[in-house]
Amino acid sequence: MARKLPSVDVVLVGFGWTAAMLGQELTDAGLKVLALERGTWRDTSTDFAVTFAQDELRYYYRRALFQEPAQETLTFRNSANETALPMRELGSFLPASGVGGAGIHWNGQYWRFLPSDFVARTHNIERYGAGAFPDTMSIQDWGVTYDDLEPYYDKFERLCGISGKAGNIKGAIQTGGNPFEGARSRDYPNPPMEMTYGPTLFAEAARQIGYKPFACASANMSRAYTNPLGVTLGQCSYCGFCEKYGCGNYSKASPQTTILPVLMRKPNFELRTGSEVIRINQDKNNKRATGVTYVTEQGEEFEQPAEIVIMCAFILHNAHLLLTSGIGTPYDPQTGQGAIGKNYAYQIVSSVDVFFDDKIINPFVGAGALGMAIDEFNGDNFDHTGLGFIGGGYIALWNTNGRPIETHPVPKGTPKWGGKFKKAVAENYLKTATIATHGSVMSHRANHLDLDPTYRDIHGRPLMRMTFDYTDNEHKMSDYLTDRATDVAKAMKAREFHAKKREGHYSIVPYQTTHNTGGAIMGSDPKSSALNRYLQSWDLHNLFVMGASAFPQNPGYNPTGTIGALTYWAADAIRNQYLKSPGPLVQA
Amino acid sequence: MRIALLSSMTLVVQMAIFGGLAAAPAAAGEQSFEQVERGKALVDAGDCVACHTQDQNKPFAGGRPIKTPFGTLYSPNITPDRETGIGAWSDDDFYRAMHEGVAPDGARLYPAFPYPYFTKMRHDDVLAIRAYLNTLQPISNSRPKNELQWPLNHRVFMRGWDLLFFTPGTFAPNPNKSDEWNRGAYLVEGPGHCGGCHTPKNFLGAEKAAETLDGGNLQNWFAPNITNNQHLGVGSWTPDEIAEYLKTGRNVHSGAAALMSEVVRDSTSKMSDADLHAIAVYLKDVNGKSKSPPSSVDQSSNDTGRLIYADSCSACHRSNGTGLPHMFPPLAKNANVQSSDPTTVIRVILQGTRTAVTDSRPTASSMPSYDWKLSDKEVAAVATYVRNAWNNAAPTVTADEVKSLRKQLEAATP
Repeated sequence: MARKLPSVDVVLVGFGWTAAMLGQELTDAGLKVLALERGTWRDTSTDFAVTFAQDELRYYYRRALFQEPAQETLTFRNSANETALPMRELGSFLPASGVGGAGIHWNGQYWRFLPSDFVARTHNIERYGAGAFPDTMSIQDWGVTYDDLEPYYDKFERLCGISGKAGNIKGAIQTGGNPFEGARSRDYPNPPMEMTYGPTLFAEAARQIGYKPFACASANMSRAYTNPLGVTLGQCSYCGFCEKYGCGNYSKASPQTTILPVLMRKPNFELRTGSEVIRINQDKNNKRATGVTYVTEQGEEFEQPAEIVIMCAFILHNAHLLLTSGIGTPYDPQTGQGAIGKNYAYQIVSSVDVFFDDKIINPFVGAGALGMAIDEFNGDNFDHTGLGFIGGGYIALWNTNGRPIETHPVPKGTPKWGGKFKKAVAENYLKTATIATHGSVMSHRANHLDLDPTYRDIHGRPLMRMTFDYTDNEHKMSDYLTDRATDVAKAMKAREFHAKKREGHYSIVPYQTTHNTGGAIMGSDPKSSALNRYLQSWDLHNLFVMGASAFPQNPGYNPTGTIGALTYWAADAIRNQYLKSPGPLVQA
Repeated sequence: MRIALLSSMTLVVQMAIFGGLAAAPAAAGEQSFEQVERGKALVDAGDCVACHTQDQNKPFAGGRPIKTPFGTLYSPNITPDRETGIGAWSDDDFYRAMHEGVAPDGARLYPAFPYPYFTKMRHDDVLAIRAYLNTLQPISNSRPKNELQWPLNHRVFMRGWDLLFFTPGTFAPNPNKSDEWNRGAYLVEGPGHCGGCHTPKNFLGAEKAAETLDGGNLQNWFAPNITNNQHLGVGSWTPDEIAEYLKTGRNVHSGAAALMSEVVRDSTSKMSDADLHAIAVYLKDVNGKSKSPPSSVDQSSNDTGRLIYADSCSACHRSNGTGLPHMFPPLAKNANVQSSDPTTVIRVILQGTRTAVTDSRPTASSMPSYDWKLSDKEVAAVATYVRNAWNNAAPTVTADEVKSLRKQLEAATP
């Protein structure tokens, strides 16, 4: 029997970046805010000190920062005619665990989505006609526009100290930036990072064949920066340990390096770690959330009443918790009815490895978001007529790292082990670079999340079942991107290059990206979406759901920028609309 | 969490002030409010809470162990509790304790309680402190018995100490100096008792008067020279930079760590800008025992130190030792790094440290510990390197010094 605790104004489920932002905003509004985090406390000095942060075995191979499948996992199948089985090891994507969430282990690649991404359905139909995409693709508009979010993107960029070069300030195209981006109100707070040789070669080649390369925006600091909350970040040392690592130098934007130093000092904020929320409670009429039930590491169960419940966990956990708490209507892929679990999407990535004889790339001088990119083939930046797909992605040469255990680039045909392998690694390690494509995944009627009929978790709840596969649209799009990346590789005049297209069914085993989206999507109609344009549940007006679970489909960019913007947008709506008059912010 | 506890403690203190006010007679309200406010400011300046608090939920209720070279003392309860605190004391009793170091029953106090400094405080200021302490929530809390070595465990022994080393006497302003200078001198020598840490002590724990504020070694830290000495003290700091350091815990030269971070958190960050500036003006006029800087120890053969620095230190402190002002302290021209006594340098390398956190500088930048990574020889090499690179100059640190401190700190070994 759960012990009932005194009520708080706001309870945050999970304590990653969206929760930290909301904690800061809502304590500023005078509310008493409690965050419940199933993992442990983490801070730069104690958990990612420079004396041990660069430990590949611990962080990459033993996955020190990630969710343990023994604690929570999911079942998977490619399609409804298969039987989903539980994952005993996670691979394709790695959800985080612990304070700071995925904000700790990200690379720092920062993007805004295109204005057309937010109206993907109407935009594509307007431009390409009613047959722009088949009925099986359940693409929807977001209910929020780029212009709505612009000030909140800007606010998040200031929080993080993003290093980059604007491509479009108030409609004026800027040399050196991404000319395809939506209009922004002002430039980034910091200049782009110092560019290394590999990305520079890519940019020269791309320019030669008519593209407009630009330095990617980065949450790795190009210089020291103090954000509007007064929190200081140091300058990046290009050590090449970003993705899957915490930053020991305070130079990658994360909750720890941007908000927590201020938030944790506030008397009206409380964090309880080792506290896993297992249910969102609702009143008898299913109109309001009454709070949450959580279990501590010791197995003790508590009921925590709250006036406002905000779900801030990773998308898979947000969706799972909504489903197991019986909130809203589960999505049914047969009928297309129901919204919880709908439009699960992912991203599709491919690469072209480039090998030089005479150019020393020095891959170890790296940073997670150190790179040059072209955006000619993202979203609807190019004419899709006759191509047979919609969507797109960017093509970039990132110099993220040259970590010794992970990085052993060898030309095609090299044996996988033994003397020849070692010799090839030694010959190529310094002279190799990889061009990456980062493609959208559109929503598809069959791709969804629901509860597994067979397998249960340690709390006795059904595991979440993921049904997902790439469709023709994604393969065609990704192949097209890979061909364009190959064009650039050719222009780099390398000794040899090898394109690695993404072929066949989606495999959940090899790591690809942790850019999972959907399951609690936002929109303008309660019949087809779980949340309104303010990320407020259509079903329970005092329940808000943050994060990429709200994306109706997954554009061809990294999601963090848009998650940040949406969070500030929702926080603003809660502070300035909801608190004044609690109730639905959009009438159904 | 500690931070949460501190916040709630502040709240308790505030409630106590207003609670006390409500109980005061209406006619005396105006005057006593001014007095209580002034008393609180002096209690902040004196950092009384630091020694007189063990349990963060019981501020000023005493019981904190104070480790001295002569044994361990436990701080008394100074809340107005009549049985275990000072509620039964008269104002005269209180003044006598502060001014003469004598308890109401005539017993001599130990100078771990800094009455040799507090004696300089004006009578009205001492009564203001008393007035503020009277507004605190009375907390019943008895302290453990002191654990002092013979013969010091006999308080009567302190009569001799007082005869030798202590002269009661209120601060006398220097008419040739500005009001601000005199205010600063009063704060530094009186309530602020800066010399308690920053002035070296003789073998009986009394100040070496000729070396006032020249830096002292205590609890295995070296509290640095804070005179106007260019090489070892705050000679290169402007008065504004000194005030900024005391207010925020950081300036372009340094960051407060270890014991000083507590002083900033509990005391100087709460002081008025005017008082902090007055302290700065005074310190800039303290010349201490003049020392000419030593010459640099040649580092051309110290490859170990140079390479460890490049590998382990340069990411934050930068290859040219300039650091990141306000975040990672610059090591070049850093007086602390070049202290004649290398205790702090060695200790920070061995065990790391965390910079003070204040409202205006909330980022808790930290130095990680290297005790588990670097041998005595390696620590000595890198310490010697940073003390002599970039035109720094300080004596060589030996592996034996590192070994000895590592042992005393019970630090890890590689």
